[in-house]
Amino acid sequence: MNYLPNIIFAILLIFGIGYFTKNVKKLIRNIKLGQDVDVSNNKKERFKNMMRIAFGQSKMVRRPIAGMLHAIVYVGFIVINIEVLEIIIDGLLGTHRAFSGIGVTYGVLIGIFEILAILVLVSVTLFWIRRNVIKIRRFWNKEMTSWPKNDANYILYFEMVLMTLFLIMNATDVAFQSMNNGNVISQFIAPWFSNLPEATLHIVERSAWWLHIVGILIFLNYLYFSKHLHILLAFPNTYYGSLKPKGQFNNLESVTKEVKLMMDPNADPFAAPADDTNDEMPAKFGASDVQDLNWVQLLNAYTCTECGRCTSSCPANLTGKKLSPRKIMMDTRDRLEEVGKNIDANKGEFKDDGKQLLGDYITHEELWACTTCNACVEECPVSINPLSIILDMRRYLVMEQSAAPTELNNMMSNIENNGAPWPYNQMDRLNWKNE
Amino acid sequence: MSDELKVPIMADLMAEGKKPEVLFWVGSAGSFDDRAKKITKAFVKILNKAEVDFAVLGTEESCTGDVAKRAGNEFLFQMQALMNIEVLNAYGVKKIVTCDPHSFNCLKNEYPELGGNYDVVHHTQFIQELIKSGRLKLKGNLYKGKRITFHDPCYLGRANNEYNAPREILKSTNASIVEMNRHKRNALCCGAGGAQMFKEPEKGDKDINVLRTEDALQTNPNIIATGCPYCNTMMTDGVKAKEKESEISVLDIAELIANSEEL
Ligand code: SF4
Ligand code: SF4
Repeated sequence: MNYLPNIIFAILLIFGIGYFTKNVKKLIRNIKLGQDVDVSNNKKERFKNMMRIAFGQSKMVRRPIAGMLHAIVYVGFIVINIEVLEIIIDGLLGTHRAFSGIGVTYGVLIGIFEILAILVLVSVTLFWIRRNVIKIRRFWNKEMTSWPKNDANYILYFEMVLMTLFLIMNATDVAFQSMNNGNVISQFIAPWFSNLPEATLHIVERSAWWLHIVGILIFLNYLYFSKHLHILLAFPNTYYGSLKPKGQFNNLESVTKEVKLMMDPNADPFAAPADDTNDEMPAKFGASDVQDLNWVQLLNAYTCTECGRCTSSCPANLTGKKLSPRKIMMDTRDRLEEVGKNIDANKGEFKDDGKQLLGDYITHEELWACTTCNACVEECPVSINPLSIILDMRRYLVMEQSAAPTELNNMMSNIENNGAPWPYNQMDRLNWKNE
Repeated sequence: MSDELKVPIMADLMAEGKKPEVLFWVGSAGSFDDRAKKITKAFVKILNKAEVDFAVLGTEESCTGDVAKRAGNEFLFQMQALMNIEVLNAYGVKKIVTCDPHSFNCLKNEYPELGGNYDVVHHTQFIQELIKSGRLKLKGNLYKGKRITFHDPCYLGRANNEYNAPREILKSTNASIVEMNRHKRNALCCGAGGAQMFKEPEKGDKDINVLRTEDALQTNPNIIATGCPYCNTMMTDGVKAKEKESEISVLDIAELIANSEEL
């Protein structure tokens, strides 16, 4: 019976990690529903971007207060995870503080953890106040309905509870307190428990320990359902982020082929396609649903932290128009999840559900409000490009459905006929010279 | 005055067996829009003054297709691009300068994948280079004591990371340059990009150009400087909407320089 806690611990661990793995697999499958895109070039530069933007948080600190608080929580999160390793070893082997044998260094380590824990507690509290009391505008936009708003708060509560449990665990650990090494913060909490009988104290310590590790496992599995997925995906996402100038929009190869054929005076329009060109016809031009987007755009959607920095700098949004780049990303993720569930329910195959991203999630009005100014792309702290999705959907509207606003259709036929967006004759192009 | 403008045409030079140092891509706005034509002329005056060996395509120029691409019409864009590339390559063009950041971005970044590789510069970069190399000597003191604020065009700034050239030029005019709260990479769009110039804006509670003009007005400027024909129109309209047109002028950097040098 002595092994019971160890067995329970092992089972918990297997379930926790197992369920997480299952969801990660689903995540990867969903992202792979996107079109292929070649991002295998410039590995060095990509790695540098990842280190700078995701690891180094270079874009977070552009807003100094949020940036600093975020950095604390981030460092705290990473460093305190070393403690989780010890917990796992203790849990599986039935040891107590397996690492404490390393002496003074252990004290230093735990001391650092404790300081970080208190800093994280403070930061998270400030975050909560900023969100719920000061009500910063970008956290209260239209798309921040019940779930996205609660999600953000749940995470904050989670962190508060985890950090508190960690400190209580240390404070009620009699052996640890009597080492008097590394208990920089917990020594001040310990007195609160000092008049408890030893057995009760032990129960408190054990409870905090168990709740702490169970909490971490729940947190791990909560990630998949939450905007908090960014703590994992920010890394690949910044790695695969675009290296091109922001003004350079991608070239549609499929269109190039057709245009060249059209413009080639030697091409026989009635010729049957040569036999070797059985390369699949492009299904469609542009995107109307998530499967038409490329996988980096889908990865973007899962990475979005819903911070709203993009939306708060979007000129269309700032002037009261319906467009919100954050909503574009949230819609894409929601639809992708829906498609994924559809596939799960239909034994690995997508059954048409009569819905799509365009129209059911994102309206034409939103798409046509974009000035392609790249403010959203510039702002995003994790290299997400909402503009690329907007453009791909415009492409679908224009090239597949001829559904551009009338004025734009006029503009385009002017270009076709006169080589200018206005109805002027190309022969008058040099008139300015003599006016 | 206009007969002083020297505007060589590519085809003519070709016939004489000459190849200019740089092609001036005028762009559709620069050719047809009444306000933008003034910018075109101001820039030509600068080119003439600095004795730059340049030419324009004239009637052989066509829309870059930039606006079609942003509107989602990749077909039309590529047709325009391939046609233009054919012309440019036939003349063996190496270097292009343009006053329009949209043409600049499109020619520079999007033409290469279709076979058009040129060294493309924006006119503010070109002017800055002329000043630096001593080919253009500025003497004018017209703007001394004047407050100028510069509105960053999205397609020059964020899209291509050029924030310095226009500011450097402005510095050399002896004016005092005042920055808006949102500037450089945080600059707000004027509202014309992404084909918005050619349509009514979607419903909202304000027009983007008005909001941007408010940004500018906060700096208490005498002049709002622009580097893009569309920004110029948008800011001019914004200033009118605020009934400030008698106090504040909206001028392209090329015009600012041409005016102060009395070209
Ligand atoms: S690019 Fe479009 S969506 Fe992004 S900030 Fe500009 S207007 Fe908004
Ligand atoms: S796209 Fe980027 S900036 Fe916008 S909400 Fe998501 S993470 Fe934030």
